[in-house]
Amino acid sequence: MKISMKVNGKPVSAEVEARTLLVAFIRDSLRLTGTHVGCDTGQCGACTVHLDGRAVKSCNILALQAEGADIRTIEGLASPDGTLHPMQEAFREHHGLQCGFCTPGMVMSAVDLVNNHPNPSEETIRAELDGNLCRCTGYHNIVKAVKAAAAKM
Amino acid sequence: MHAFKYHKAGSLADAAAAWSRGDDAKLLAGGQSLIAALKLRLSAPSDLIDLGGIQELAGIRLEAGGITIGAMTRHAEVARSAEVQAKIPALASLAGGIGDRMVRNMGTLGGSLAHNDPVADYPAAVLGLNATVNTDRRKIAADDFFKGMFETALDAGEIIVSVSFPVPRRAAYIKFRNPASRYAIVGVMAAETAGGVRVAVTGAASSVFRVAAMERALAANWSPDALAGIIVPADKLNADMHASAEYRAHLITVMARRAVQAAN
Repeated sequence: MKISMKVNGKPVSAEVEARTLLVAFIRDSLRLTGTHVGCDTGQCGACTVHLDGRAVKSCNILALQAEGADIRTIEGLASPDGTLHPMQEAFREHHGLQCGFCTPGMVMSAVDLVNNHPNPSEETIRAELDGNLCRCTGYHNIVKAVKAAAAKM
Repeated sequence: MHAFKYHKAGSLADAAAAWSRGDDAKLLAGGQSLIAALKLRLSAPSDLIDLGGIQELAGIRLEAGGITIGAMTRHAEVARSAEVQAKIPALASLAGGIGDRMVRNMGTLGGSLAHNDPVADYPAAVLGLNATVNTDRRKIAADDFFKGMFETALDAGEIIVSVSFPVPRRAAYIKFRNPASRYAIVGVMAAETAGGVRVAVTGAASSVFRVAAMERALAANWSPDALAGIIVPADKLNADMHASAEYRAHLITVMARRAVQAAN
C-alpha cells in the first residue's frame, strides 16, 4: 500500500505492506537506523520517535497509522548546521549513556517529557521516563542530563 | 505478524461496512494492545480497520451534568484535559497512570474498554463511576458491560463511540502497579456517586468487579477504618508469578482504604 508522511521535515513516500511497523519503515525503507529495536514487545522504549509532536513507540504502531503524520527521529533533532539539541548536548555533558543502545529512544522521550513538563523535578523525570529502559547506566546520569537540558530548553 | 488487509475508515458507517466485508476483521484504535498481540501472533485477523480518522470518535465534552469522552481519545488527552481534571480528577489521574507516556500518547479509552484486559485501569473507572458506554447501536450500562477475561457485552462488529461519566461527589483510584509492566496487580476505584457508593477492583480477577461489602460499609461511614477486616475471598482471584491470590486479596483492602482516604 502507498504511504506518505513527513520525516524530519522532508516529505517521503513509499510502498509498504499493511503489516509493516513504523520502526521497520524508518529503519529499513528510510535507512534511518538511529531508532533502535530493543525488545520488540513494546516495553523498552528504544524505538521512541515523535509522531505529530508526541513521543510514541514506533515498534508498536503500523507505518500506515502514521499516514500523513509529521515524524521526527533522533536524526532530526540537531539543527541543520549540526548544532546539537540541548537534550543531546546535556546527555553528552553529563555522560547520560554507556553503550548508547537505549539513548536515541531515551533522548526522544526526554524531549517530549520536557515539552510537557518545562521544569521537571527529579521525581517527575524518573516517573515520566518509566517507558525507557536502560541496562547500563542505572539512570542517575540520564536524570541529571534531563534536568540540565530542561533548564536550557 | 501475519499479513492482513488494512482499511482506514472515514466514518462509522465506513468502518461497519469494512468490518462486515472481512472474514475475521478487527477494529484498530491506538493499537497498544492489538499491535503487540499481532506481533506475538496471539491474534491474526484478516482485516484491520483503523478508527483513527473518524471525527465522531474524538473529543471530550461536558454533557448532561457529566463528561462524555470520545472512544478514540488518547489516555494522555484525558489526563491533561482541564474539564476532566476539574470535574472528575480521579479519572484524569487514572488515565495519567496507564502504562507509560508513549503508550498514553497512542492508547485510547474505547480500545482499552473493548479489549477488557483483566489488569487494565479504565474498567475500574467505568464500573466505579457508573459510566455508560455509548456504541454505534445502543447504550450499555457499566454493570452490564464487563463479562469476563477479554470479554465484553459488545456484539461482533459493534463500535464504541464514546463513554459518558457522571460526576461523582468524590472518588479516587489507587493502584498497586507491577513495577515492570506498570499494569495493575490490584487497582481500586472508590466513588461516592449520585446513585450510591461504588467500589470497583481491577487487576485481581478475570475481570473488574464491585465489592458489595465495602460499598455497604462506606455508605454507612466513608472512612478507611470502615473497611477494616473486609477481605475479598481469595478463591476467585488471580494467582500468578507477580502475586498470589491471598496477596491480591490483602492488597484490595489496602488499596481500597488508600482510595477512600485519597477521595477526601
